[in-house]
Amino acid sequence: MEVLERKALVSGIGQSRIGKRLNVDPLALTIDACLEAIEDAGLTRDDIDGLSTYPGGMVPGAPGFTGAGCTDVQDALRLELDWFSGGPEQPGQLGSVINACMAVATGMAKHVLCFRTVWESTAQGGGPRKGIGMSGGGGGKGFRAFGPMQWTLPFGAASAACWIAMFAQRHFHEYGTTREQLAQIAINNRRNAGLNPNAIYRDPMTLDDYLSVRMISSPLCLYDCDVPVDGSTAFVISHVDTAADLRNPGIRVEATGTALRGRPSWDQFDDLSTMALRDAGAMLWERTDLKPADVEVAELYDGFSFIALAWLEALGFCRRGEGGAFIESGSRIALDGEVPLNTHGGQLSAGRLHGYGFLHEAVLQLRGEGEARQVRPGGAPDAVPEVAVAAAGGGPLGGCMLLVHD
Amino acid sequence: MSDKPFRILPAVNEENEHFWKGGADGELRFLRCSACSTYVHPPAPVCPQCLGREVAAEAVSGRATLVTYTVNHHPWIPGFDPPYIVAIVAIDEQDDVRLTTNLVDCEEADVRIGMAVKVRFEDVGDGVFLPLFEPAG
Repeated sequence: MEVLERKALVSGIGQSRIGKRLNVDPLALTIDACLEAIEDAGLTRDDIDGLSTYPGGMVPGAPGFTGAGCTDVQDALRLELDWFSGGPEQPGQLGSVINACMAVATGMAKHVLCFRTVWESTAQGGGPRKGIGMSGGGGGKGFRAFGPMQWTLPFGAASAACWIAMFAQRHFHEYGTTREQLAQIAINNRRNAGLNPNAIYRDPMTLDDYLSVRMISSPLCLYDCDVPVDGSTAFVISHVDTAADLRNPGIRVEATGTALRGRPSWDQFDDLSTMALRDAGAMLWERTDLKPADVEVAELYDGFSFIALAWLEALGFCRRGEGGAFIESGSRIALDGEVPLNTHGGQLSAGRLHGYGFLHEAVLQLRGEGEARQVRPGGAPDAVPEVAVAAAGGGPLGGCMLLVHD
Repeated sequence: MSDKPFRILPAVNEENEHFWKGGADGELRFLRCSACSTYVHPPAPVCPQCLGREVAAEAVSGRATLVTYTVNHHPWIPGFDPPYIVAIVAIDEQDDVRLTTNLVDCEEADVRIGMAVKVRFEDVGDGVFLPLFEPAG
């Protein structure tokens, strides 16, 4: 099997400022991230011949769910593109980056700019977090739910919080997983966020803090839910043959997982306690000789804490159903543990950059640019991880990437 | 949930009206394959089992099993006040046909995954009847 994604490098990374209620045009944030990524790659905008994003510019969702689409960025930067793609029907947010890998691997483009912008904090204002379908005409008397949303919105299941909560409850039921175990994801990420000056919430969190905060959708409490922010993240994905033109050696893409072998649905998927992550994770390991034990840092989607637990299982860091016991002590997923998890604080504490933040952090870690939160495999002061996994998505959406710094 | 909450209603069309309007006759209806009897949900113009193209709406018993649930405490929708129980149930006739719904007339402490439930329709106007579920015991 030819693993075409190995023709792709993450050649540049960029990120706008990240914050709550920045009240900045989301396209401006997008351009900040994009220009930084191009600069970081050692390229100019004239080198960019591909553009990719998730979920694109014309998608209903919670207010601020999409800050910019391909047409916005192409026009603002007057890019001359040979290839572009943006849309929500992808294997999670990183599906758009994996598409870019395939575009360079197949000769459709040489340097693809990928971006993801959210401005949910500004768009949702100071009130409670809004449900899906609450943007545009959503919520008014004349609004009707159509497509997949018709099966959930009439019942007040208007957020992935409710859907993921039901998956977590099922996992609790089947495997005896507890809230005390799940808390370790939030506590770990908060601890790491304390070392990340760009994180949103940096004060330490105790188990008591976690157990006493208000419930959102049982068994998920407030600290199991990520924090809406404004911000944009961008990457340049380049063909390996362009390496001589690049400023950085580039991070090689070793394998990707995009599979969805069950039903593409939040409530009909065969195994609710694994979700689609099961298939994406399995596919990733089918495409490489590396093993889970080779991974030195794991940046796993935590739009809700339970999703990170499910990714740990799906990627084979522990067996199915054993995620709760695996994280229970907190030590295995700590910065100096066997699977350092969400080293920047994840979306739970560093902000909901919606998938792209995990790949950004994985690249920083592999380059040794993690500063106070840099993972040091084996404990040597100058050691830098060589293998990282970045994964994004939950429910029926999941995509993951195995990255190597040779 | 004694008072009826504000509900976002589904957009009813030819493909889904058997489901959303079946409650007017007290019936929970799904499409079913004429060739191999597989229930098809959400509605599609093909049987996922045998690829037969003849599917027609048919009533089921309304009995189901609770697959999982959550007690929602957050006000996602103005006018639909928490707390309320969101559940996924699988119908007795075919356990891979599931519905997201509300479990009603059940205290949180009494909810058990695997419990038997039965349908109860809520008339929400415009001819739409939402299938809610209550303990069958």
